[in-house]
Amino acid sequence: MPILELKGISQEFGGLRALDSIDMAIETGEIFGIIGPNGAGKTTLFNIITGIYEPTQGEVIFNGGNINRLPAYQVARQGIARTYQNIRLFKKLSVLDNIRVGRYGVTKNGIFSGMLGLPLARREESQTMAEAMRLLELVGLYDRRWEYADSLAYGEQRRLEIARALALNPTLLLLDEPAAGMNSSEKVELVSLIRRIREEMELTILLVEHDMNLVMNICDRIAVLDYGRRIALDTPIRVKNDAAVIQSYLGVEA
Amino acid sequence: MDAVLSQYIDPYFLRIILIIGINIILALGLNLITGVTGQLSMGHAGFMSLGAYTSAILTMNYGVAFPTALLGGSLVAALFGFFIGLPTLRLQGDYLAMVTIGFAEIIRVFFLNFEPGGKAVGLSGIPQETTFLTVWGLVAVAVFLNARLLSSRTGRAFYAIREDEIAAESCGVNTTRLKVTAFVLGSFLGGLGGGLYAHYMFYIDPQVFNFTKSIELLNMVVLGGMGSIPGTILGAVLLTILPELLRVVAEYRLMFYGALLVILMIFRPNGLLGDVRIYDLKKRWGLGKNK
Amino acid sequence: MFWQQLLNGITLGSSYALIALGYTMVYGIVQLINFAHGEIYMFGAFAGLFLVTVVGLPIGWALLGAMAFCMLLGVVVERVAYRPLRGKSSRLSALISAIGVSIFLSTLMVIIAGTNPRNYPDIIKISNYQLGAVQFSSLQIIILIISAILMIGLELMVRRSRIGKAMRACSQDIEAAALMGINVNRVISFTFAVGSALAAAGGVMVAIYYNALWPYMGTMAGMKAFCAAVLGGIGSIPGAMVGGISLGIMEIMGVAYLSSSYKDAIAFAILILVLIIRPQGLLGQKIVKKV
Repeated sequence: MPILELKGISQEFGGLRALDSIDMAIETGEIFGIIGPNGAGKTTLFNIITGIYEPTQGEVIFNGGNINRLPAYQVARQGIARTYQNIRLFKKLSVLDNIRVGRYGVTKNGIFSGMLGLPLARREESQTMAEAMRLLELVGLYDRRWEYADSLAYGEQRRLEIARALALNPTLLLLDEPAAGMNSSEKVELVSLIRRIREEMELTILLVEHDMNLVMNICDRIAVLDYGRRIALDTPIRVKNDAAVIQSYLGVEA
Repeated sequence: MDAVLSQYIDPYFLRIILIIGINIILALGLNLITGVTGQLSMGHAGFMSLGAYTSAILTMNYGVAFPTALLGGSLVAALFGFFIGLPTLRLQGDYLAMVTIGFAEIIRVFFLNFEPGGKAVGLSGIPQETTFLTVWGLVAVAVFLNARLLSSRTGRAFYAIREDEIAAESCGVNTTRLKVTAFVLGSFLGGLGGGLYAHYMFYIDPQVFNFTKSIELLNMVVLGGMGSIPGTILGAVLLTILPELLRVVAEYRLMFYGALLVILMIFRPNGLLGDVRIYDLKKRWGLGKNK
Repeated sequence: MFWQQLLNGITLGSSYALIALGYTMVYGIVQLINFAHGEIYMFGAFAGLFLVTVVGLPIGWALLGAMAFCMLLGVVVERVAYRPLRGKSSRLSALISAIGVSIFLSTLMVIIAGTNPRNYPDIIKISNYQLGAVQFSSLQIIILIISAILMIGLELMVRRSRIGKAMRACSQDIEAAALMGINVNRVISFTFAVGSALAAAGGVMVAIYYNALWPYMGTMAGMKAFCAAVLGGIGSIPGAMVGGISLGIMEIMGVAYLSSSYKDAIAFAILILVLIIRPQGLLGQKIVKKV
């Protein structure tokens, strides 16, 4: 069974059709890439999956259940975590706290439990701390854990955002242009990080990216969007040679 | 105890120390709403007046014991905090600020016309039950619980909402619910401060809880450091003492407040103590040594 | 009776509309509630008084002089208190800075002029007319005509002129406008200048109409005008006019048919209702959340 299915997703903004009946199914455990020129509707699709927008038409099925109408925080609690194209960190919180907030959706202790330091809160806090330390090590930010998130370098901020998303223990991770603004050595690190994440944490990754090499390199399958329509969906090699894709997108760059 | 203290300390200073305590409680409540959660509230005096009138009427007209009346006043304020928090479900920051001003104004106009509250004349002869010990005991409890809360899962989520609501949602934070929660907790403290104030001053009237009072409280949070407990305490202390020192130039006091806000926002938008958090300091120093 | 109240409501409302325009234009471009706007209105009223009594100008010239003075004041306020914050601080900081300016300006006027209400000397011969059951004065007619001229002029400028186009471009997308070579800072200064001039005109006319002006007159009027702007749909110029006049009518009707003791609460009650039921206001557009 696919972990995520999109059935006939359309999205309109004031009469403008940003997405036009998109179908795709993401299989459990794969790295799935979505590419397409600017304005193709990639980020819109992410926003629909994560519950920020409700699609005008169509269904989002996650683990067999319809999540169309779930608010964003509920979607997160179902196990879908994401990063953002323009990095949305909690700037004036420490690196450590950014990750610990990421654990919010998988912990339960409430106001009074936290205020009074009840056993549930203590137990969850120590779990959260341990998990945060593990993730800090994973993304190589352990030594900087007390610094404000906005004092990190750009590439580090991207990695912190990934760590925060992973703190949610997701089964599906959405990465919105994770390599944007990175230099080539940072990109190499990113690729190995993404691979490591998939292997160690057994999750499915859906990513939007502009860097062709990176996408071709790590994705198992790729969907190509153009003007809100899905014009191809296949393995990297086949997509690379697809006539429609070459004409509408790759052709421009090649 | 107060009698003993007043033998050693000048009553004038004792009074100031007491007011400082009350202001700390009020400012801690506002800090929770505005400093920590980032929801600009400019009507904190409204919550304060609800606590003050409710508790005063309870003790004066119904013979309710002071602690119970205090709790009653705080709960009424918290209830209104809930209703004021509700619009935040739909509103962006600046609109919310206006709603809070509007709310405080409506409350003030209500008390101006409220028969049991003595209308514009206000209430006088409120039993003086608030003692040095009550105030500072409650300050200690409020600071302790606040610090615990802010270093807990919920507290971090409050900060996350202030920093980026959308990102907070994608971490599983039900932002709407937590914003209302912050309002309820903050207004509870507002009501508590109001009740203490009423039972210290003998006398309250609607003018005590006007827009200027709300701004004064906001200034404490902003000056000390938005979201910081030590900062809020510092702000409350400074802005209680400073006006006393500036008494000779009372006319200029408000002008000074205004200029202070502008200058702070330009040069030190995070206030004097920035985002210093008790919890962070402890951990930072503790772990810093191991490095 | 009804028609009489309607006329009074429209007269009051046209002054709200003049102030509301400043809020709405500034908000449309920089998304800031310019809290100092009510104080600019108050300064306008005082500047007019100064020009009439001290300098001895005729009222028409004093009105223009007050508008020119407030243009300058508005631009200075923007330069000193808002521009240093733009782009690098949170909206909360900008808003707090605006509140600071508002407090600073009103207390500055207290120091200059004292708190006692003043009034314009009898410079305009007011004659009263009767039309059926409705009584109206030449003053009301003058106010309505001047307000209409100013609002039509503004609308024409925004629609037709080059700078008006630049203003509209900035309110659509300020970054894109900057990329297209529009000098954004100049557009913002210009917006503050125009908004302040309109507020000054409102200030002078209201002070003459109600025969009173005092340093805190701007606080409440400013807040109510903001409510009017929200009622009409913030960012919308026709919305501010419609919102202002509707609010004036509702307030006068509320006083006439309900009770005068809640007059100041009406605007805020409307504000809260609008924000809860129809946050985009009467003529505003729904905003899509950007991620």
